[in-house]
Amino acid sequence: MATVATDYTNKIEVTDEVAEFPEAVVEEMRSHLGKYPKDRSRSALIPLLFVIQRERGYIDNPGVNFLAQFLDLEVTDIWETATFYSMFNLHPVGKHHIQMCKTLSCKILGEPELTDHICSKLGIKAGETTEDGKFTVTRVECLGSCGTAPMMQIGFDYHENLTKEKLDEIIEGCE
Amino acid sequence: MEIKAIGCEPLQLKRMHIENGHTLDVYRQTGGYESLKKAMDMTSDQIIDEVKASALRGRGGAGFPTGMKWSFVPRDSPKPKYIVCNADESEPGTFKDRYLLERDPHALIEGMLIGAFALGVEACYIYYRGEYHYLIDLMNRAIEEAREANLVGKNILGSDFSCEFYTHTGAGAYICGEETALLSSLEGFRGHPRMKPPFPAVEGLYACPTVVNNVETLTSIPQIIEMGGKAWQELGTEKSGGTKLWSVSGHVKKPGVYELPMGYHDMEKFILEDCGGMLRDDKALKACIPGGSSVYAMRADQIIGKDVTLDYEGLVVAGSMVGSGGFIVIDETVDMVDSTRNLTQFYRHESCGWCTPCREGTDWLVKIFDRIWAGGGRPEDAQLILDLCDNIEGKSFCPLGDAAAWAIQGAVKRFPEDFKKHLIHNGN
Ligand SMILES: Cc1cc2nc3c(=O)[nH]c(=O)nc-3n(C[C@H](O)[C@H](O)[C@H](O)COP(=O)(O)O)c2cc1C
Ligand code: SF4
Ligand code: FES
Repeated sequence: MATVATDYTNKIEVTDEVAEFPEAVVEEMRSHLGKYPKDRSRSALIPLLFVIQRERGYIDNPGVNFLAQFLDLEVTDIWETATFYSMFNLHPVGKHHIQMCKTLSCKILGEPELTDHICSKLGIKAGETTEDGKFTVTRVECLGSCGTAPMMQIGFDYHENLTKEKLDEIIEGCE
Repeated sequence: MEIKAIGCEPLQLKRMHIENGHTLDVYRQTGGYESLKKAMDMTSDQIIDEVKASALRGRGGAGFPTGMKWSFVPRDSPKPKYIVCNADESEPGTFKDRYLLERDPHALIEGMLIGAFALGVEACYIYYRGEYHYLIDLMNRAIEEAREANLVGKNILGSDFSCEFYTHTGAGAYICGEETALLSSLEGFRGHPRMKPPFPAVEGLYACPTVVNNVETLTSIPQIIEMGGKAWQELGTEKSGGTKLWSVSGHVKKPGVYELPMGYHDMEKFILEDCGGMLRDDKALKACIPGGSSVYAMRADQIIGKDVTLDYEGLVVAGSMVGSGGFIVIDETVDMVDSTRNLTQFYRHESCGWCTPCREGTDWLVKIFDRIWAGGGRPEDAQLILDLCDNIEGKSFCPLGDAAAWAIQGAVKRFPEDFKKHLIHNGN
């Protein structure tokens, strides 16, 4: 599911800088390695990319350089995987990443009106981030919650059976 | 949203409404882990025979007989073997596994343990779609509870059977529900499907024998062992054994997860009575896509008064498929050109890009649907769309291409009046 409108002209900044993490975070990363056979540490790549994204806000080049060293892989191996999955943001997103499900069940129960509503409320278009960096709105594919359509995800949290009023309330509750 | 069984005792949904049904204590109070004990007194062949006798067909979408799949795993492989639970659940219209994972995690662990015991597996992975992150903690807790009770880990229940459990997530890619793409993803690569054969049962995760099963398939296993394969089969029909979960969404009053015996009669009653009827009383049923988005849509006149039984055979006779069991109910306000454009965008977005017919074909289809939607439809477009689908179906590397073609062909062929309205301009 696309989480960010990919702008192919918006190049990823290349640097040799390697990100640093507190020992607790490195420990958390090591714990992921334990789930896979010793010679298969690449299996931990997706879980580790989620840690990078949480810690750095998005998948950035220093974070990728760190993972390449951590997993003893090439930098391109990390990018190869990171660029395939749409939950990995290759550019910064707002503090609250609002992901409106746009697939059929949500669509026929009113997603387009809800997305218009939230976009005009925030003064942005789908795919954009508010100037204060607080909100990003994207439209994504089915989130496996069609029985409570229309629905959205903010970060990892599901918000279901949405109405305009409920949407307003949720947005106003975002700190 | 409703979660209930109709026409049968709740089996899959047994613990959905029991307080703390997700905890080990309540799971055990309601008969949990008794099937594992029973299975551990059986031989591998006996367990696989019970699963075969149950006529359980995989609930992930392809409907492959589970007992047969298990019997393909080589017995005396020198390599380690794996069971991977497919909890990717990304087929539009499908959301049943989410409730099993949330409210009955021990049923999945027990089902996987029985499979692991029968097949000589020492490590099980549960692969969640990335968006189901919140369910991982729940499952990890259930695994730890089971470990403390000596049900997971070394020397389970004092025997020489040992089995580890691990959770893992994807990161947003429908194709990772396809079993070989899932394995690529679990190995840390892009989610590209792999050539079959070799099938995962012979060469799957890390090139080792691997069974990939859907969540609901695996949560059926403890029931089958408990009541015996034959008795479980008889809840359903000869070829479609047992009960099955259906996810219902769209224009009905009571969307939800419903457990029905296989062979349930009939589809019209199910939509118009059991699911509360149409969302708006004055809007008639127009279409239903019964198997998740990837199957042929059915017209109302293929459902109403047609005695469609809900099982693998019945839906084929009626002109569609069970697929993942995701009913998308559509009323007469929906323009099927618009709904199909929506699904075409889905398939283009989710095409993994590995093979040309699917990657390019879905992209061109979106362009055509966008042009039609913008008012530039031409009379020959219906045929153009069908020709493009023809060049995808059966010519793509994996079934995602076929799925896209079916979703689109079904709409063009069965709702020509909607397309005609848009295909009026000549040559511009
Ligand atoms: C494009 C595509 C997406 C799929 N998505 C899922 C899914 O989300 N969950 C699932 O269990 N099976 C999915 N499948 C089916 C799997 O490939 C596989 O058949 C299934 O996991 C086997 O388990 P079962 O025999 O228990 O159904 C998908 C197949 C394809 C082609
Ligand atoms: S059919 Fe589509 S999803 Fe499947 S391998 Fe080809 S491009 Fe990828
Ligand atoms: S269509 Fe929106 S959650 Fe499935």
